Amino acid sequence: MDHLAKLENESIYIIREAYKRFRTMAMLWSIGKDSTTLLWLARKAFFGRLPFPVMHIDTGFKFKEIYDFREKYRKAWALDLIVSRNETMLREGTSPSKGKFLCCDALKTAALKETIERHGFKALLLGIRRDEHGIRAKERYFSPRDAAFKWNYDHQLPELWDLYKKDVSGGEHLRVHPLLHWAEVDIWRYIRQEKIPTVSLYFAVGGKRFRSIGCQPCCSPVASKADSVKKIIKELETTKISERSGRAQDKEDAYTMQKLRSLGYM
Amino acid sequence: MDKDILSIVIAGHVDHGKSTMIGRVLFDTGSIPEDKLAAIKVASGAGAEGPDLAFLTDQFQEEREKLMTIDTSQIRFSTSLRDYVIIDSPGHAEFTRNMMTGATRADFGILVVSAADGPEEQTKRHAYILNMLGMKTLAVLVNKMDLAAYSEERFNAVVGETEVFLQRIGTKMLYAIPVSAVKGDNIAKRSKNMRWYKGLTLLSCLDKFKGENLSGGKPLRFPVQDVYEIGGEKIFVGRVESGTLRKGDGVLVSTSGERTTVKDIKGFRVSRVSAEEGENIGITLAEERGVLAGSVLSALARPAVPRESFDADIFWLAELPMRAGERFTFRCASQEAECVIEKIEKRIDPSTLETLDEMAGSVGPNEIGKVRIVCSKPVVVEDLAFIPGLGRFVLENDAGVQGAGIIR
Repeated sequence: MDHLAKLENESIYIIREAYKRFRTMAMLWSIGKDSTTLLWLARKAFFGRLPFPVMHIDTGFKFKEIYDFREKYRKAWALDLIVSRNETMLREGTSPSKGKFLCCDALKTAALKETIERHGFKALLLGIRRDEHGIRAKERYFSPRDAAFKWNYDHQLPELWDLYKKDVSGGEHLRVHPLLHWAEVDIWRYIRQEKIPTVSLYFAVGGKRFRSIGCQPCCSPVASKADSVKKIIKELETTKISERSGRAQDKEDAYTMQKLRSLGYM
Repeated sequence: MDKDILSIVIAGHVDHGKSTMIGRVLFDTGSIPEDKLAAIKVASGAGAEGPDLAFLTDQFQEEREKLMTIDTSQIRFSTSLRDYVIIDSPGHAEFTRNMMTGATRADFGILVVSAADGPEEQTKRHAYILNMLGMKTLAVLVNKMDLAAYSEERFNAVVGETEVFLQRIGTKMLYAIPVSAVKGDNIAKRSKNMRWYKGLTLLSCLDKFKGENLSGGKPLRFPVQDVYEIGGEKIFVGRVESGTLRKGDGVLVSTSGERTTVKDIKGFRVSRVSAEEGENIGITLAEERGVLAGSVLSALARPAVPRESFDADIFWLAELPMRAGERFTFRCASQEAECVIEKIEKRIDPSTLETLDEMAGSVGPNEIGKVRIVCSKPVVVEDLAFIPGLGRFVLENDAGVQGAGIIR
């Protein structure tokens, strides 16, 4: 079995394990390359048709290309799509200019919380990867959040082999991370192998491309000539810049990501 | 075009330099993006000494303030020969459950021993755990050689003491390398400070290591993970733990003792004729014969024999001790059963190998119990070395995983 096949098999096992334990679950789809790959793997795990909904946390600040892509594949893949928006905070004018930490916390974390409560989801699939960020490298595959959404990161449970956490109690839910062991270049190699469609923002136009996408005001493109999947893979094999260098919320201070994540951010 | 990938866990006593070693490997292989290196320089207040390389994996504020790893993490790096996953683990005894979390994902272990202190309690406990998890060979890195005046004599003394312990637990020391993670001696580059050392650097030792290929010639074991109904058809999904599953093969069902035949093997948009070890597939059956999630399907020629009672080694992780007669949930692959610890034949301290008790009443945290387990229904277990996926298990209660078990 080659490297990509191993990664794929491990992820499918995890996706199926989550569904086995928690029929009331959903997956988060940010429409980026990772969660679109996760969606692809989940479709494979269930032979083409997802048995649970897909949730897009819509901050209202996403790129137009992201919304277009969402609508196209929601139909093509017959997705049960839930769009999760914090309308109250949007009406009150929450935006990155009033503080990135507050904005991420209100428009992403709080919106997510509301949707989970409304649907009673016990588990969520997320496409985070260890190599994106040092704090994400500390994650478990099956990672509980308490009713207040807190990640008890300094007292994580043991997770031995692939015998994963099998239940939640009280108002807890589980974050399940089937792509934790994938590196950025693995994602692109798999996209090439499987011909997975991706948002056009990843491909260079006029000497710039996005390596990681989120909200328009908080994402900066990187200098790049990579205008095809093949060229992106080539670029990643030699780059000296980190994947999330263009993501503002990683940078406010050394521990912003830890604080955001401990409060339930992805 | 895909290179091979090897997962390595870095184990050893607290403060012997595991995280710094990982930082050094990443630094010397050019695996740290420039902006991340700059961030670490700022966070560690780097002076003339350069950045604190341990900050690459020690990402929690609490870890950096206490200068101590709390939880395991993993980072990828590459040499020209292959890709690696390097797994950091906390050395402190209190966080052994986090070390185990990392170690159960590893193919190969590296034991870091400080030249200043020699092997200590957690050095030995970690070596024991790696052996128990099936890593019967490892590399020993004698770190902080710069603090021992790069002395060959000191190196030999530390290696000698470590090897005596490794021999007692049946672990073979493949390499012993004198290094300084802080200074970079013998990690990627040969040290100019230790010309007496003629062996390999750490990176060339890793590149030489070949994982054992244990998969050939094993009988089929297919634990059923879940059952889906799609288009009026029942699909039994799971991972092939060993052997080959072929369309048309007869199989024995562990939970009913009956036989059935594999009708079809389903992939995504395709039908297949066979599936190999490690593949996650779905199958349909000619007749259901009582197959459910938790059944193990096995080859008729070499069938699995379900049993209710078996012997095992337990590494105890929970704070409260495991008592003889106590009940737990037993989980092995997709199987689950209620079980009782019928007897504790021995209680062992893995850091001294001392037998603390025969026919013990309980086993405490960070201790080993050699036990007899009796399950409420027959389960399929195999020797860890024969079929790893059916040779390891956990004991759980309402608070989650309490102990890690190995079938011997």
